[in-house]
Amino acid sequence: MLTDITLGQYFPGKSLIHQLDPRAKIICVFLFIASIFIGESYASYALMAGFVALVLALSSIPPAMIAKSLKPLWIIILLTVGIHVFTTPGRVVYEFGFLSVTEEGLRQGFLMSTRLVLLIVVSSLLTYTTSPIALTDAIERLLKPFEKVGLPAHELAMMMTIALRFIPTLLEETDRIMKAQMARGADFASGNILRRAQSMIPLLVPLFISAFRRADELAIAMEARCYRGGENRTRMKELQHTGRDWAAYGFMLVFILILVYLKFTAGKL
Amino acid sequence: MGEFIKIENLCHAYASSQDEQVLALDHIDLTITAGEFVAVIGTNGSGKSTLAKHLNALLLPTSGDCLINGLSTTQPENLWKIRQLVGMVFQNPDNQIVATVVEEDVAFGPENLGLPPAQIVERVETALELVGMSDYRLHGPHLLSGGQKQRVAIAGALAMQSQCLVLDEPTAMLDPLGRQEVLQTVKELHASSGMTVVYITHFMEEAAAADRIVVMGAGKVLYSGSPVEVFSQVALLKELGLDVPLAAEIAKRLRENGIDLPENIITDEELAVALCP
Amino acid sequence: MSISLKNVTYTYMPKTPFEKTAIDTINLEIQRGEFVAIIGHTGSGKSTLVQHLNGILKPTQGTVTVDGVDLHDKKAAAKAARSKVGMVFQYPEHQLFEETIYADIAFGPKNLGLTEDEIDQRVKRAMNFVGLDFDQYAQRSPFQLSGGQMRRVAIAGVIALEPEYLILDEPSAGLDPRGRDEIFQEIVQLYQSSGITVILVSHNMEDVAKMATRLIVMNGGKVSLDGSPLEVFREPEKLKTAGVDVPPVTALLRLLKLRGLPIDDSLLTIDEAVATITTALGERKEC
Repeated sequence: MLTDITLGQYFPGKSLIHQLDPRAKIICVFLFIASIFIGESYASYALMAGFVALVLALSSIPPAMIAKSLKPLWIIILLTVGIHVFTTPGRVVYEFGFLSVTEEGLRQGFLMSTRLVLLIVVSSLLTYTTSPIALTDAIERLLKPFEKVGLPAHELAMMMTIALRFIPTLLEETDRIMKAQMARGADFASGNILRRAQSMIPLLVPLFISAFRRADELAIAMEARCYRGGENRTRMKELQHTGRDWAAYGFMLVFILILVYLKFTAGKL
Repeated sequence: MGEFIKIENLCHAYASSQDEQVLALDHIDLTITAGEFVAVIGTNGSGKSTLAKHLNALLLPTSGDCLINGLSTTQPENLWKIRQLVGMVFQNPDNQIVATVVEEDVAFGPENLGLPPAQIVERVETALELVGMSDYRLHGPHLLSGGQKQRVAIAGALAMQSQCLVLDEPTAMLDPLGRQEVLQTVKELHASSGMTVVYITHFMEEAAAADRIVVMGAGKVLYSGSPVEVFSQVALLKELGLDVPLAAEIAKRLRENGIDLPENIITDEELAVALCP
Repeated sequence: MSISLKNVTYTYMPKTPFEKTAIDTINLEIQRGEFVAIIGHTGSGKSTLVQHLNGILKPTQGTVTVDGVDLHDKKAAAKAARSKVGMVFQYPEHQLFEETIYADIAFGPKNLGLTEDEIDQRVKRAMNFVGLDFDQYAQRSPFQLSGGQMRRVAIAGVIALEPEYLILDEPSAGLDPRGRDEIFQEIVQLYQSSGITVILVSHNMEDVAKMATRLIVMNGGKVSLDGSPLEVFREPEKLKTAGVDVPPVTALLRLLKLRGLPIDDSLLTIDEAVATITTALGERKEC
């Protein structure tokens, strides 16, 4: 059944990481991703790995969940390792027909794949510990300054909210229409691509009609409740940076400074 | 008590798909006093939903006037005040909930009014309490029953501190339990806060809860009176394709069989008293 | 010749925190020619139950057979058996998609691989059954109709499959009193004229009590009452636990009897009620 799909990957909890302001989390994730590229030595990689491990521990997200988010990407990780191991020139340690493995290659492969893994783990930590609605809010706030140059921050956020709100409803509807057409002998699963695309019409047309009807009714309901765009609108829950969030930024700053320090002193250790 | 809604000679025309002008509302005159509970009944196409949308300035009169608390809906500067005064609840519970969390949805109206956050929190809490949905504050709306969704929609209007609640067939898509839930909530709100209620329905047992029933057909107000007065018009209601309370119908048939019964029987209890004194 | 359920259990989302058993060890036999009403409040399992009758849901445990054929066999016979059971879902007008009413009703018969002639015949018969004039409506768009008419087109789309068993899930939901009466009238006519087996799902006793030959009351995923309307109404306690009311006519007659009027309180229609009250009052005057 379609409605069995769980939505998003928010994993509710009350950890320190959960309680951080979503804006702080988004900014820190961006800073971390940028700082990954500062690191060049084993020492800096160890520091980065340690940092991620600490955040993971603080978030009390079961590591098995993180492993699950890595699963669909293992081919890419493997490919990264392969490309670096076989294509980096340097001191050959092993020859394999026309392919040769170099010491530098091994090193590069290891570091690059570590980068990739850290990147994925950090961004999935963001979505595991932040509800979609908080993310939407944070994005709206972060984009607010760009409204002056014509970026419709409020409208984008409202669209995301409504999309999130109606995903379960439309999935349920899809399920129902599919069953109804199957009861009339529709076959969604067999035949070649063209035939299958054609067989989707009895599902898609009613689904679009219904989505438009819902959109129309929702627009009326929103207007009836005095909605007139983002102007003069306030929010029940104003996002507010607390001590925790400033601490997180401070921690992030120290982390980056150490990485920069390592880059210039430790060299290629 | 003052007039809260005053509709004068109101017509609403729209162009049909064949490009003909259709009069959805045909010279309506209707006054509703503050604190009144009015039910509007009529079959589909009788114009009752079109009328409801005029009360919140979602539709504007083609001619005539619609005054809400003395403010004409035809004046653009009144628009937001009117929409704040009149809260709407629509038929499809799914298509009027905007947010992904119950409390955020109730907050939607006050947020649009630009209230300070602390005040919104307070209003949301009170509104949810009044409709008995406080325990569901943090639930996703897709996990609620139809009746619960409609109560959330009512809370949305309460949080705007609307003085009048217009419900457009709020129970048409609900099961009997959900119907009871919604009607009970509206009745309690009306009793406790003296809110003006306009309740559009085609369920007679719901209309019977009102102080006054307005019968609509073909865009006109055909009849207006107390539930007893309206429901004893068995012939008129039947002709319009509306239901009649069972006791009223049986009483009428018994009178036709030559049995002497008073004209104002509409409940089982009243019939029982008349038949077995 | 029957639809038969043996020990049927269905669990939604098994082995997750959301696991929920919707129906629990149901044993049921619906004979050819019956007019069965399945009643229960939301969540009683009635919709899940009927979705098993044409194989849309596969039981977690147990078997469903139509005329002796297991619906979840791999063979062609199972497919044929499933097509004997037509299903009209709630708000069926939401499944309309074709440009003309004709094409929409013809969708099912086309999927059955019938000839153009046969399809044409079936569309005409189906439109006749639901009271839509062929010449007037066949080439019109279904989306320009009123809600009640759209629903009739959708029901015609299932009738055109000419099933031997017809399931209707809340066919009157959302209609006004006139639309509701018309739909029920057509279902009764179809039942009487074609000998089709009708299985009607409803949460409203009033709607179905007058039409059904058999009532099945569902509660908590189990069958709580099963019998003729009169048999079922004799169990007010069980009906109350199931959250189902007795029909208003019965309720009124019971009240009058309680007040001492010597009447038959097992009647279901207004005509019968008026007759029995008139007679009772006449007798009282005589004494």
